[in-house]
Amino acid sequence: MYRYDEFDQGFVTQRTEQFKDQVRRRLSGELSEEEFKPLRLMNGLYLQLHAYMLRVAIPYGTLNSRQMQKLAHIARTYDRGYGHFTTRQNIQFNWPSLADTPKILEELAEVEMHAIQTSGNCIRNVTADHFAGAAADEIADPRPYAEILRQWSSLHPEFSFLPRKFKIAITGAPHDRAAVQVHDIGLQLTRNEAGETGFVVFVGGGLGRTPMIGRKVRDFLPEEDLLAYSEAILRVYNLYGRRDNKYKARIKILVHETGLEELKADIEAEFAKIRYGVLRLPDEEVRRIEAYFAPPPLEVLPETDGAFEARKAADAAFAQFVAHNLNPHRVPGHVSVTISMKPIGGIPGDATDVQMDEIAAIAKAYGHDEIRISHEQNVILPHVKLADVPAIFDRLVAGGMAEGNSGLITDIIACPGMDYCALATARSIPVAQRISERFGGADRQAEIGELKIKISGCINACGHHHVGHIGILGLEKKGEEFYQITLGGSANENSSIGEIIGRGFSSEEVVDAIETLVDTYLGLRSSKEETFLDAYRRVGDDPFKEALYGTG
Amino acid sequence: MKIVTANRLIDGEVVWLGAGNAWVGQVSEALVLDGKDDVAAALAAGLASAERREVVDVYEVDVTEEDGKLVPVRLREKIRAKGPTTHPELGKQAQASQA
Ligand code: SF4
Repeated sequence: MYRYDEFDQGFVTQRTEQFKDQVRRRLSGELSEEEFKPLRLMNGLYLQLHAYMLRVAIPYGTLNSRQMQKLAHIARTYDRGYGHFTTRQNIQFNWPSLADTPKILEELAEVEMHAIQTSGNCIRNVTADHFAGAAADEIADPRPYAEILRQWSSLHPEFSFLPRKFKIAITGAPHDRAAVQVHDIGLQLTRNEAGETGFVVFVGGGLGRTPMIGRKVRDFLPEEDLLAYSEAILRVYNLYGRRDNKYKARIKILVHETGLEELKADIEAEFAKIRYGVLRLPDEEVRRIEAYFAPPPLEVLPETDGAFEARKAADAAFAQFVAHNLNPHRVPGHVSVTISMKPIGGIPGDATDVQMDEIAAIAKAYGHDEIRISHEQNVILPHVKLADVPAIFDRLVAGGMAEGNSGLITDIIACPGMDYCALATARSIPVAQRISERFGGADRQAEIGELKIKISGCINACGHHHVGHIGILGLEKKGEEFYQITLGGSANENSSIGEIIGRGFSSEEVVDAIETLVDTYLGLRSSKEETFLDAYRRVGDDPFKEALYGTG
Repeated sequence: MKIVTANRLIDGEVVWLGAGNAWVGQVSEALVLDGKDDVAAALAAGLASAERREVVDVYEVDVTEEDGKLVPVRLREKIRAKGPTTHPELGKQAQASQA
């Protein structure tokens, strides 16, 4: 597992000291709010509707039990006893005071955590597949590369004032669980015919006001060129990206306005200049960083386990959990377990201090001390023995975290929305809660099968609604909340942006509308195996429109 | 009808300008303003307070009266006045029920 080296520790400590002094100067009047605001944002501190909000980075979603316990401690000591896992694999605390924030950052630094690069027009926290280092279908662990990118981009002087924020995601498996095609740069690990490791590179994906799927600029970028090529992309963006209009400043707009071929040529030209320079990645360096992520020693075990099978046969809730919340592991006899942070009727992504402590304890007892946060707002134990799953399940039941709904209709992504967020145009969480209640029956969810609902409380799309199989966008119309529905979005290796189905729905109507859509799907699917998304892609909009609006 | 609101600098707590230009913690105690001049004067008082580092983000909010109670017009401000609708035990609504 990656450990901060001395440079990082010194750097984070120094940053914490700086911020402490900045808060002191703000409170004493040496700094005005205008001067202070960018400084606090650089340290992940926002002012929301009810209070400040602190966003803490969890690089590539990886943490250990000590770090999770620290998050629990912060929730308990400085906040209101809970935190919120976000779609960027971060955690947000909703109630810290400004006065306490330096102390919180100090506590985080004790466990090698911080809030740097969670805000501002810089290269943000790099995200990765939450099953990284564990998944059976993985080519290589993407996190060493994410870490190399993090080290390169941390306070990169040239890229601290980009036209706009810049997000990079990386996946190590052909099945993309990191939504790489909707990031400014998306990287997909691959091997060429000679068996060498490299990357498929996508540029210009993104959600928000103008959603776009990233365009492929490279089929195979050799491993050693990762930084030089990334730097080339950033340089071209930094030079040509628009600074006149915030809404047109992301690289996706540049790709769109310049045209892929021309931009590709610009990137390649820049790359040719720097390819053999200091950014070339020596093999030893990659292997050195890889060693930090060395997997725990896992014994090869039988593919099945008697007690596990017996429990599955006897306990329907356990069987449901097994059916949906386990992911195949590369080592036989092991699995990755998804701990659902989506209890029926609950708040997507919220975890109490007690739950965080319990997750830490379970990870210690059964999971080689490794924990991941997924961009789908769940928690993952990447390395677990199949034989230990019943014991883990029992503890999750006791902690209210045992819902076997991963990937199902109640595994909803929702941003904080107007219950917290200063930018929101409508609430997200209560809609998620009502949908979860409506479809929460175990049989009903299982019958519906894989269905990703994603909800955002404004056009900024933190809830990734554009790539939901069903997306819901909360807007305001004549002072009332109203919700626009999109269908057919997806964020995997076959990414697509959802299409608006028609006029929006009031808060009262929206859950019924979702039910109509789901019933329509159930009525027209060719078999139980045909998912909502597949069915939608086969039949198109019309049957769903007809069901919602009777336009036929 | 308008009132003036802000967030307290030290902890972000939502406050409204009350009588005597003091910040109050419940919307019911906010000073109701009619007419441009009153609003301008209240905003000026709020901004002066921001200068003294008591609050940040001073702005005016439309309110109406419902059943004799002061209620912000926009949902955003209603939620600020109460707390997250998803957590009735948190924010102003909790303080109000204890009072
Ligand atoms: S999508 Fe909008 S409402 Fe939701 S968290 Fe992002 S900015 Fe806030």
